[in-house]
Amino acid sequence: MTSLQLTSPSWMIIPVILPLIAGLLSFLLNRGIFAIALTAALANLLAVSILTCQLLSYGPMRCHMGGWQPPLGITLRTDGPALLMLLMTAVTGLAITLYARGYFSYRILDPKRASQHQHQQRYFWPLWLLLLAGLNGLFLSSDIFNLYVTLELIAIAAASLAALSGKPASQLASFRYLLVNLLGSITFLLGVVFLYKSCRVLDLDLLHNVPMNKPGISAALALMSVGLLLKTALVPLHFWLPPAHANALAPVSIILSALVVKGSFYLLFRLWFEVFAQLITTPALNVMGTLGAVAILWGAIQAMRQHRLKLMIAYSTVSQLGYLFIAFPLARIDGSTQVWSIVIFMAMAHACAKSAMFMVAGTVFLHLGHDRINDLTGIRANLPITVLAYGIAGVSLMGLPPSGGFIAKWLLLSSALASSQWWWALVVIIGSLLAMTYVFRVMSRFFVIPEGYSSAKSTPPSPLLEWPALVLAMISLFLGLAASWPLYILSTGNPALAQVFSGGLP
Amino acid sequence: MITTLLYSMTGLLLFAMGFFTLIVHSHPLRKILAVNVMSTGVFLILVATAYKPLGMGQIDPVPHAMVLTGIVVSVSVTALALLLACRVQETSNLDLPGRKKQGRIPEESGQ
Repeated sequence: MTSLQLTSPSWMIIPVILPLIAGLLSFLLNRGIFAIALTAALANLLAVSILTCQLLSYGPMRCHMGGWQPPLGITLRTDGPALLMLLMTAVTGLAITLYARGYFSYRILDPKRASQHQHQQRYFWPLWLLLLAGLNGLFLSSDIFNLYVTLELIAIAAASLAALSGKPASQLASFRYLLVNLLGSITFLLGVVFLYKSCRVLDLDLLHNVPMNKPGISAALALMSVGLLLKTALVPLHFWLPPAHANALAPVSIILSALVVKGSFYLLFRLWFEVFAQLITTPALNVMGTLGAVAILWGAIQAMRQHRLKLMIAYSTVSQLGYLFIAFPLARIDGSTQVWSIVIFMAMAHACAKSAMFMVAGTVFLHLGHDRINDLTGIRANLPITVLAYGIAGVSLMGLPPSGGFIAKWLLLSSALASSQWWWALVVIIGSLLAMTYVFRVMSRFFVIPEGYSSAKSTPPSPLLEWPALVLAMISLFLGLAASWPLYILSTGNPALAQVFSGGLP
Repeated sequence: MITTLLYSMTGLLLFAMGFFTLIVHSHPLRKILAVNVMSTGVFLILVATAYKPLGMGQIDPVPHAMVLTGIVVSVSVTALALLLACRVQETSNLDLPGRKKQGRIPEESGQ
């Protein structure tokens, strides 16, 4: 791969180091924690935007930390897919930061349990910033052992966040979440060890040039894939996700559902289609596609059966993750970067739409004190912006035009038909219909106004609770109209990707 | 070569034993210990990878660095897991994972 080599520090370290420092500061200080978190989120977005400009003008870049070249040193690199994931994280992260502020401020107003809520807020910010640092590190890192460390960082921060609500059910769910994540990480580490035994290098770019003919490498790929699939919650390894996501605090549910699962998926995808592309066979791709198809249908059916809004959204995550995997078997026929655009689009659209949905669920919960779907009547009168955000996010989840979800599904359908694998197209269509069913089921409750219902009975929530959800929902909607822009970033300076697809796959 | 193989096989065996315990046993403490045994197995394989017989050149330092990092990660993760296990036991009248009511979510415990 021809990419600009940098030995001096660059903007690349900012998205990793800045949230890390801000996280430590917010843990040590007692005042102004929100200001620190907001500054970190804004600066992160700024740094990622600058990196995007640099990518567009100079092409992919590699930065050797501390001036040490691989194989000994650790390298950070930027390219199209990494930057799009970073942008997704930065934008969603900023919205989550604002929403979390509104959420905690609202809860602290409740005099009965103010101290408990203050305690939760106190620990939310450092953990969230550490998680952000871990995610950015995952997207930027080019060293496979360093990737293991970022996976563990994410797991620790995510499990602690999931336990934050203090309810017994969430403690239990978070303990299981941590164990599952540990199992995934250790399996991944064993894979890294096998890989190092066979290749003696850890850098992803160097691995790309190693001949892939040793049995140890296949074993390594299998172990790493299983570990990452466990973390990504692909059916049948999804059992831990709904309880953990649904029992957490609302801002935490957003983080776990929109960002954390994307991190491990992104790594899995890069390993399969970049580093180990020579090893991937058609049956393996079909197995992934089949599991993805089962995930779409099973997750959607479970989502339809839930009685609680947050559980429904959590199962919808299981279902939407399936679309990411159904793109796998379409990769080998295309011989282009099509599969990358499908997956990155789907991930970005889902991150925005799912964050908006969990924000809506959190706001509704604050407003009503419960989230039983059958009793969600009358919300429309009190929270019009929130209901609007739910509707728009739902449009993207269902894949109606012009949303980002529509573009991703359209690409999916067209490559399925072009490669004469119509059965994947069928699953995509059925999945969209099922998504429509569970989205509308809640929507219809929102619009029922019971008799004698007065909309003036409660105070309107703060704008920080409503507007981030709407803005994210709008982004997921307009992602479809501005589709050429992410695709342009994706293809910038990526001859290596095109090369993988034309020559690498057998 | 035999030495490396012997240690690697032991490491794999530890990994498999830990995995078995993690799946089969339900007590949280056993699960945490099982994860620790698994990571010890992985570290053993890593150290064995670095081994060179006397006079056969320098020992590879990279696996050692990896093991050190791995141990630090493993210690902190174990601490967190133990803390969470304590919290589960203290705060809940639900049973521990693996017994009855596994993973059940009561109505309205959402937030």
